[in-house]
Amino acid sequence: MFESLSDRLQGVLSKLKGKGRLSEADVDAAMREVRIALLEADVNFKVVKEFVATIRERAVGADVMASLTPGQMVIKIVLEELTSLMGGTQARLALSNRIPNVIMLVGLQGSGKTTAAAKLARLLSKQGRHPLLVACDVYRPAAIDQLVALGAEIDIPVFTGEGDAPVAIAAAAIKDAVARLYDVVIVDTAGRLHIDEEMMAEATRIKAAIKPDQVLMVIDAMTGQDAVTAATAFSERVAFDGVIVSKLDGDARGGAALSVKAVTGKPIIYVGVGEKPDAIEPFYPDRMAKRILGMGDVVSLIEKAQDTAPTEIDAGMEARLREGRITLDDFLGQLRQLKKMGSVTDLLGMIPGMAGRVPKDAKIDEKALSRTEAIIQSMTSAERKKPSLINGRRRERIAAGSGTTVYDVNQLLKQFSEMQKMVKQMRPSGKGSKRHRGMPGMPGMRSPF
Amino acid sequence: MSPAWFEKLSDGLTRTRDSISGQLNVLLRKGPDLDQAFWDDLEDTLIAADMGALAAEAIIGRLRSTATREALPDAAAVIDRLTDEIEAEFASVPTDPLSESPVVVLMVGINGTGKTTTVGKLAKRASEQGRRVLIGSADTFRAAAIEQLHIWAQRAGVNIVERERGADPASVCFDTLREAKAMGADLILIDTAGRLHTSPDLMAELQKVRRVTERESPWPVKAVLVMDATTGQNGLTQAAEFHRALGLDGVILTKLDGTAKGGIAVAVSHTLGLPILRVGIGEGVDDLQEFNAHDFAHALISND
Repeated sequence: MFESLSDRLQGVLSKLKGKGRLSEADVDAAMREVRIALLEADVNFKVVKEFVATIRERAVGADVMASLTPGQMVIKIVLEELTSLMGGTQARLALSNRIPNVIMLVGLQGSGKTTAAAKLARLLSKQGRHPLLVACDVYRPAAIDQLVALGAEIDIPVFTGEGDAPVAIAAAAIKDAVARLYDVVIVDTAGRLHIDEEMMAEATRIKAAIKPDQVLMVIDAMTGQDAVTAATAFSERVAFDGVIVSKLDGDARGGAALSVKAVTGKPIIYVGVGEKPDAIEPFYPDRMAKRILGMGDVVSLIEKAQDTAPTEIDAGMEARLREGRITLDDFLGQLRQLKKMGSVTDLLGMIPGMAGRVPKDAKIDEKALSRTEAIIQSMTSAERKKPSLINGRRRERIAAGSGTTVYDVNQLLKQFSEMQKMVKQMRPSGKGSKRHRGMPGMPGMRSPF
Repeated sequence: MSPAWFEKLSDGLTRTRDSISGQLNVLLRKGPDLDQAFWDDLEDTLIAADMGALAAEAIIGRLRSTATREALPDAAAVIDRLTDEIEAEFASVPTDPLSESPVVVLMVGINGTGKTTTVGKLAKRASEQGRRVLIGSADTFRAAAIEQLHIWAQRAGVNIVERERGADPASVCFDTLREAKAMGADLILIDTAGRLHTSPDLMAELQKVRRVTERESPWPVKAVLVMDATTGQNGLTQAAEFHRALGLDGVILTKLDGTAKGGIAVAVSHTLGLPILRVGIGEGVDDLQEFNAHDFAHALISND
């Protein structure tokens, strides 16, 4: 139903690598596709206009790197600019030394504030804080019950106050927190429309009463063009400090997140990735940028692999990755972890371009996976460390030893060499991110499946 | 259309209004010139309404050809034609599934779209019309969902079947139908838990809910998707998945009292052939309206 930007650009630009400079014609064709891709991803149309103008400036006359096609070059530029627009590096929740720290959540109806409040409380509790949740939504039926029930689930106290005046409840909660030595107070408020004057005024009054250290707006990842209207209004009336993007476990591309960041300048701090209280993650601008372009979330995939086998995190491999080197042993290790994870269909969906194309009853070719495993196991240690050693005679031996054909062995080595190239390219360039855990992009995964 | 529409519309079409010819046109009480800026602005208006970039491009492309071919005299005529075109995109059905009697309606959708509130609104309206309404509380997952729906049942003055949190939703449906037969209900509204269409397990659960309900129900069982008007292009994917899994009979579009235009409903209705059955325009129990395609199309392209 949707095409990733890479698919689109493939259609309009040359597939030749290192094609020299990007011509104006190339750039015109590419910019049209970039515009459509971003709009289809729900990036606000005004933000798209400005963004495309920025990209165009960079793209015209840009040298196409030797190892990239013009399309890949454009994507590289777009990714870099998107990542930078999303905030470059990760933003952190700015907590102060004040006791208690006060966090206030605001947003439209149904955006996920109450769930986010509970998630935040649990997260901070795990970080050693003593949070108090405050139920200030006195309008929605059983909203207070909902927060109380969530609090019980995660063992965090919930302040419900007396009466039905949110401002008074919030103020009383702060007093209670001080008296009982809670060091973080998380105030859940009612969903409200940015054009509801009364409710926006109430939000301002709550804020004035409790003077929060952080006001966070919760925004649904699937929001369309209107995200900017709402966020701008909230920003002007309530002045929030950061954003939580919710429901990112869906397949919405999340352009709204980019729009809100671009227009309000406020950082996205967390993302919600599920209904349970543990489903909250820090926001990674580069991952969001890739998601918006339909490039999947390959890093998540590898981190998930590492999560399921925490004892197998290999410092040696991390070091090799950072230097852009990777061995067949590393590849084998990752494959084995994948086998363990079981739900490969879910993982497939994380591979760039696969989301939405994974048939629901896809049978993963477990045989191919085992075949690959067997091939690598038939190699000597020296061969795994240095695959260039593997000449024709060795290939025959490996094929015989693993019950496969020389063709299969050749395929594996070819894929592996592609992956090595990719790892080299994705090597952090020194400054910012030393965060590259696991193997970025596993092109070798495409054919075993 | 009187020149009054132009004042409204012109706020959106800033470029045309700000140009000298634009101002002249205002003086002469004409619509904007049909120049590139006009068409671009019109396309932007559709995109801003969440109609989708490709759909907007296609509609404007066709409209331009039509304008030339039929020599549409001015912008007013173009806008009129556009409204008609958008209106024509909506699928309709001969009878309103919600008005059938007796009928069982499963309310489904993504988290946070307003299913529970909509059940309350539908129940109240139906009860006022003299129908015998029963609500089934099949969201057994979310914290306090049962309590929330219970309050809505009270507001609507109708009976409700509930089980404890964590109960199997299909078994709640079973119990609801048993009660419906006992009390002679003619409208059975079943609220389900919000869920993402990307979860195979949750979609399978919903399919089971439908199967069990159909098995136990002597009456037609309908599935209605409740969708948030602020949803972007993902809305089409959502609707397609729910439709694929369950076979939907219609859509209710909520939160139209905000500033979002709900343009995604056009694609959903057109592509999947689903009628928009009602629109939600607020959090109050009476804030539900019939859907009018013409009014919707008009509001979509105007600026208010």
